[in-house]
Amino acid sequence: MGKTTAEKIFEAHLVNEPFPGTKVLSLDAVLCHEITTPIAIDDLIRRGKDRVFDSTKIKAVIDHVTPSKDTKTATQAKILRDWARRHDIKDFFDIGANGVCHALFPECGFIRPGYTVIMGDSHTCTHGAFGAFAAGIGTTDLEVGILKGVCAFRQPQTIKFNVNGALPKGVYAKDVILHIIGRIGVNGATDRVMEFHGSTIDSMSMESRMTLCNMAIEAGGTSGICQPDMTTVDYLWPFIQGDFASREAAVAEYSQWRADADASYDQIIEIDVAKLEPTITFGYKPDQVKTVSEIAGTPLDQVYIGSCTNGRLEDLRIAAEILKGKKIAPNVRGILSPATPKIQQQAIKEGLIDIFMEAGFCVTNPTCGACLGMSNGVLADGEVCASTTNRNFMGRMGKGGMVHLMSPATAAASAIEGKIADPRNYL
Amino acid sequence: MKAFGGSVLFLDRSDINTDEIIPAKYLTEITKEDLKPYILEDLKLPGFDPKGAKTLNARVILSRANFGCGSSREHAPWVFEVNGITAVIAESFARIFRQNMFNCGMAAIELPKADLDLIFSHSSDVDAEMTIDIENETLTMHGGGKQKTFKFEISPFDKALVLAGGWVDYADQKY
Repeated sequence: MGKTTAEKIFEAHLVNEPFPGTKVLSLDAVLCHEITTPIAIDDLIRRGKDRVFDSTKIKAVIDHVTPSKDTKTATQAKILRDWARRHDIKDFFDIGANGVCHALFPECGFIRPGYTVIMGDSHTCTHGAFGAFAAGIGTTDLEVGILKGVCAFRQPQTIKFNVNGALPKGVYAKDVILHIIGRIGVNGATDRVMEFHGSTIDSMSMESRMTLCNMAIEAGGTSGICQPDMTTVDYLWPFIQGDFASREAAVAEYSQWRADADASYDQIIEIDVAKLEPTITFGYKPDQVKTVSEIAGTPLDQVYIGSCTNGRLEDLRIAAEILKGKKIAPNVRGILSPATPKIQQQAIKEGLIDIFMEAGFCVTNPTCGACLGMSNGVLADGEVCASTTNRNFMGRMGKGGMVHLMSPATAAASAIEGKIADPRNYL
Repeated sequence: MKAFGGSVLFLDRSDINTDEIIPAKYLTEITKEDLKPYILEDLKLPGFDPKGAKTLNARVILSRANFGCGSSREHAPWVFEVNGITAVIAESFARIFRQNMFNCGMAAIELPKADLDLIFSHSSDVDAEMTIDIENETLTMHGGGKQKTFKFEISPFDKALVLAGGWVDYADQKY
């Protein structure tokens, strides 16, 4: 019997099975940010165990509220900063170098095929785009990960998604994942890994694959996983070129993590993207989706482009292409938050930031800020936001606010019209 | 081990998410105790008052499918813990929330829908109370002069975490 990618990774990282069905795995990367880590640090200090299992495998960033907005957020940042210094954690990213964790850490080459990755953040599933097992966990699991380098999981079953066809004009990875969540529901993949296959995924960039895997948690999935291939190797090449004789050799090595053809799946779901349309959420759950034709015309107060879902360079390029030479409608506030400083710098070099600013967008520094209603674009009661983020829960971006999730292209078109609009009219 | 059982807070809806349990704007609190006043602040349900006596007296929460979906914030179990709630009974849980509960030595107990329906029928009983026996994996619902016992299952690992008082102590001994 063949194995899924997650089964192979579990087997290679198994420390022990303390009880039937529970597997304790060794960790390759423990990622930390300033919201969920400080309480773990405090608890370790309180227990007299202020240690880290391996400072080279711990990566930390201040990203959720940065620069700090008040004394409380400044204190959280300080706890993380002091801890990183105390333990000589070299991969610590502070102001000037910090960005949204799930964009920043892959950009630094920290995530490799076959890795086990945890973070106290539900969107950690993003990193499965590299053929890794990457799971969001809480502060206690994070604390044990920091101290011992292990985490316990139930042996996951896997749902295989065969995604095939060429993406139609105006349809992107975001539309594909919103469509999938709409189809299987917000708990359609609970305790499952979502393994993505097929010609559509094969043609996707790493940025698109990260967008896809980012939202696995919105269907309850433990990790999204894509199959490592030449696209993965091309993205990682600056970091791995010393380890391999050629790119082909790297692909061959990483192929050990690809699922076997005869692997056994909990479920196999076929997705034909040829008929997909731009897809948008309408309610307070990510599985409440409509096509743009069904929801176009909904009035907006704010358009937000950014986040770990869609704040990468590819996303900015797509949105800028639509916004070029246009102005956003006077009734909307446009906010762009590039996900990392590197993305922001490159967007400046390419003239993308000029396009956004000439269209009337405010450009913020890289931060998670508005996505979870913490800073830099919180909604007022009754306001409506078109957003490229991942979660549309009631009040998510501000108490009483409504969020419509969509692709950067749909967000850009919607900014121009001041209401939800079809990006295909601008491409 | 923590104490389990007592007054029940009935939250009759599926997909109650972590933003409803504790909004993100309170994640800047540094201590668990500071979360206390904000329990379920953004949850909108007919007849539910986050600051009402039923919420403040609750020791157990009863809900439906996919409880605790959304963010990984352990602030969700913590805000329950500092309000004296140590168990949530539901048809199903989101993975991270469920594990966070057990990791804190608290209980996330799944029951079939038919059993939940029977327990929900006590929601208007003023004396509705639940006793929970983790060792023997049973819970008993008392109210309106009646009582009924239900069998549940938690995994051996999760039970070990409850008995050990949480994952940090357990892991520190074993790994």
